[in-house]
Amino acid sequence: MMARKIGMTQIFEDDGRVIPVTVLEAGPVTVVQKKTMEKDGCDQVQVGYEAIEERKVNRPMKGHFREQAPTRFLREFKVEDISQVEVGQSYGVELFSEGEMVKVSGTSKGKGFTGVMKRHGFGGQPASHGHRGHRGTGSIGQCATPSRVFKGKKMHGQHGNKKVTTKGLQIVKILSEQKLVLIKGAVPGANGGLVTLHKNAR
Amino acid sequence: MATAMELVERSQLRDDLPDLRVGSTVRVNYRIIEGNKERIQSFEGVLLRKHCGPKNNKATFTVRKVTQGYGVERIFPLHSPRIESIKVLKIGRVRRAKLYYLRERRGKAARIKERMFHRG
Repeated sequence: MMARKIGMTQIFEDDGRVIPVTVLEAGPVTVVQKKTMEKDGCDQVQVGYEAIEERKVNRPMKGHFREQAPTRFLREFKVEDISQVEVGQSYGVELFSEGEMVKVSGTSKGKGFTGVMKRHGFGGQPASHGHRGHRGTGSIGQCATPSRVFKGKKMHGQHGNKKVTTKGLQIVKILSEQKLVLIKGAVPGANGGLVTLHKNAR
Repeated sequence: MATAMELVERSQLRDDLPDLRVGSTVRVNYRIIEGNKERIQSFEGVLLRKHCGPKNNKATFTVRKVTQGYGVERIFPLHSPRIESIKVLKIGRVRRAKLYYLRERRGKAARIKERMFHRG
C-alpha cells in the first residue's frame, strides 16, 4: 500500500491517554502488473498510486499501463497468493485493520552534506584550551599497519534523503471514508512525502 | 492536505466545556483509574494559564492551589475524556494571560479580586 504522509498530531484513547499519531492518506492503489515465480523469479504485484493526466505520461510508460489509468507512482509489493490478484484490481485502506502492526518505508528528510557529529554522532573535540579541531573527524585509522583506511569508515557526506524503514508501527485508527490511516509514532520522511505500508511479516 | 489534518484534530475536541478564563477559581473533576476501579477526584484552584487555544486538540491548562503551605500545580489536557466536568466557581479580575507571579506570593498577597461584571 502506498500513502502520503500528511503530518503528526495527537489523539485521546478511550481511557484518556494521549497518543502521538502520524496521519497518512493511503491508497487506493491499482494493480498494473503481476509478476510470478515462474516468469520473474518472485511473486510480486506492481501497483500504481495517484492518477495523473494522460498527457503527462510518456509513450513507453503508456505502453506499460496499457488500458489502466496512468499513475504518478509505481511500486512493487510481495504478495502471499498471487492467484487472487488480477491486473486492474484496486485496493484501499481495507487491506489493513485497526491495531495491526505494519512496516513503513519512506525517504528521510535530506540533511545535505553533513559532518561526522551530526551524521554518525561522533563526539568531536574539546571546544577550547588550545584545541583547534572542534567538530572534526579525528583520527581515521592506524599508522604503518594497515597503512590504509578501512572501507566503510564513518566519515562526513550526504545525510538523509535515503530510504528508511520503520518496523513495528501500530495502526491506531482507520478512517476509511477519508482514506486516512493513523499510525502510532513517527514515520520516515517529510510531510507530503510518499511512504509505503507493508504488513509486518516477521 | 490541511483539511485532512483538521478533520482528525477536530474530532478530538469537546464542546461541553465552560468558558475558562485565566484567574478564575475552578474545580476540575478528573477521572482517576486505579487498577480496575474508577473514581472522580476533584482539583480546585486558580487557573494559572491556558496553552494552545481552545480549538486545538493539544490545548492544556494549568491549575494552581496551595495545600499545607506547598504550591501544587496540575496541568490538564483541555479536551481529555478523563475530565468529567469543570466548574467555574469564581471569575477573577486579572490583567495578565499567565499568572506566574502568583508563584512568588504567599497568603494574602496571592489573592485575586473577583470580577463583578461580565464583559461580554
